[in-house]
Amino acid sequence: MDWTLLIDKSILVLVVFAISLGVAAYATYGERKIAAVIQDRIGPNRAGPFGLLQPLADGVKFFLKEDITPTGADKFLFVLGPALFIITALMTSAVIPWGHSFFIDGREFSLQVADLNVGILYILAVVSVGGYGIMIGGWASNNKFALMGAIRAASQMISYEVPLGMALVAIMLYSNSLSLRDIVDMQQGFRWNVFYQPLGFLLFLICTFAECNRAPFDLPESESELIGGYHTEYSSMKLGFFLFAEYINMFISSALIACLYFGGYHFPGLDSLGLHPNLLAVISILVLFAKILFFIFLFMWVRWTVPRFRYDQLMNVGWKVLIPLSIVNVLITGAWLTFVK
Amino acid sequence: MDQLIFFSLSALTLLSGLLTVFSRKSMYSVLSLIFCLFTVAGHYILLNAHFLAITHIIVYAGAIMVLFLFVVMLLNLNTTSDKSKAFYFRAAAVSGAGMLFLVLIASLKSTTLGAYYAPTDTGMGVVEHVGKRLFTDYLLPFEISSILFLSAMIGSVLLAKKEKK
Repeated sequence: MDWTLLIDKSILVLVVFAISLGVAAYATYGERKIAAVIQDRIGPNRAGPFGLLQPLADGVKFFLKEDITPTGADKFLFVLGPALFIITALMTSAVIPWGHSFFIDGREFSLQVADLNVGILYILAVVSVGGYGIMIGGWASNNKFALMGAIRAASQMISYEVPLGMALVAIMLYSNSLSLRDIVDMQQGFRWNVFYQPLGFLLFLICTFAECNRAPFDLPESESELIGGYHTEYSSMKLGFFLFAEYINMFISSALIACLYFGGYHFPGLDSLGLHPNLLAVISILVLFAKILFFIFLFMWVRWTVPRFRYDQLMNVGWKVLIPLSIVNVLITGAWLTFVK
Repeated sequence: MDQLIFFSLSALTLLSGLLTVFSRKSMYSVLSLIFCLFTVAGHYILLNAHFLAITHIIVYAGAIMVLFLFVVMLLNLNTTSDKSKAFYFRAAAVSGAGMLFLVLIASLKSTTLGAYYAPTDTGMGVVEHVGKRLFTDYLLPFEISSILFLSAMIGSVLLAKKEKK
């Protein structure tokens, strides 16, 4: 066992963890501000300058609220639900390459926790396990609305996992690798996958919206019909975990979209500048985060623009439109790779 | 190190497997089965079969067990209903399990219990290797199983449509 590697990776894990939580916290603030701008309101402006301390105030509020466990609830599973949900939300970040490597004392310091040779499949595995938190939480609440929300979440996640996986299959075919580092490095010099996989990108984007339970696919929690869906019975920080995990999911999904389709940390002309490797690493991280922030903004923009789907529409779109399209996309990619390239 | 991981994983696998069978609540039964599948995936990783481990999680823990959980949730099978089971039902269950046990003993009889050893071929479970094997040495079984899946899919769609009329 190489101890320096272990220490390097532990530091990186902690940093990524802290950044994910920080971005998620400020995404809640960003969402309220963007909603305010779109609806011609002012938004949070009381806590600190421009309301910048609002996430902190929200966090304190979550911790201080009374923590209620319903009488008929399954005590153990009621706690396990939100815990699982936030763990799976944080797990995906392990395979994302955050930037070029740092070089300190001639030693390479990779900005990727684990360069798995099955990186993309790891993402699929975590996504497919992600639904359990909602299902367990919704069921353990012993509430009809919560159960309905949980069942909707489960069926939605199963349905949209299929086109998501097929979109990833096209990416695997095209880049000839399952490692995210390879896929990102292949897009060096503005050869972004989105130009070669436009349909795949669209499918992936729609499916990530569904997997994150974001509007227009927020049926599991739809406030106006299910009161709050799977987290109806939750209060205090357990509710906080559910809400927070949604924003972490959004952050990680944006990072994935940036890595898979928009060149990750690459930027046209970045390599021709001839910069010092460490400076290059810093710039590459900033470039990736700019892309991520844009996609987080896109998530919010769509939420406050598009109305919610009806349940049967959701299933129709998933099974009758997205899955055939994703299969066509894989076929076209395969044919193109065999006959043209 | 490997040995330590192997033994703790095996203990967890056995424990969760036993919990699956002995849990009074079906929800806990399903959840321990999911945990059991994860520990089995851990064993695959120890054997350097990363691809197999990940697909194992995607297919079993991610897809099939969600459906199990779905059914348990919908039927709300939380209360045990031991009394409703008739004697012949129990007898059938016991004899079925006994027969399975017999088959297991027969298959395990010829194996020898050796010490745990780490796999030497590290590239064994890599995707390229698995793919090459599937499309050369095992092409026929691979294709036949895909036809089997297709027929199962068509069959289930047909059954679902029949019920609607």
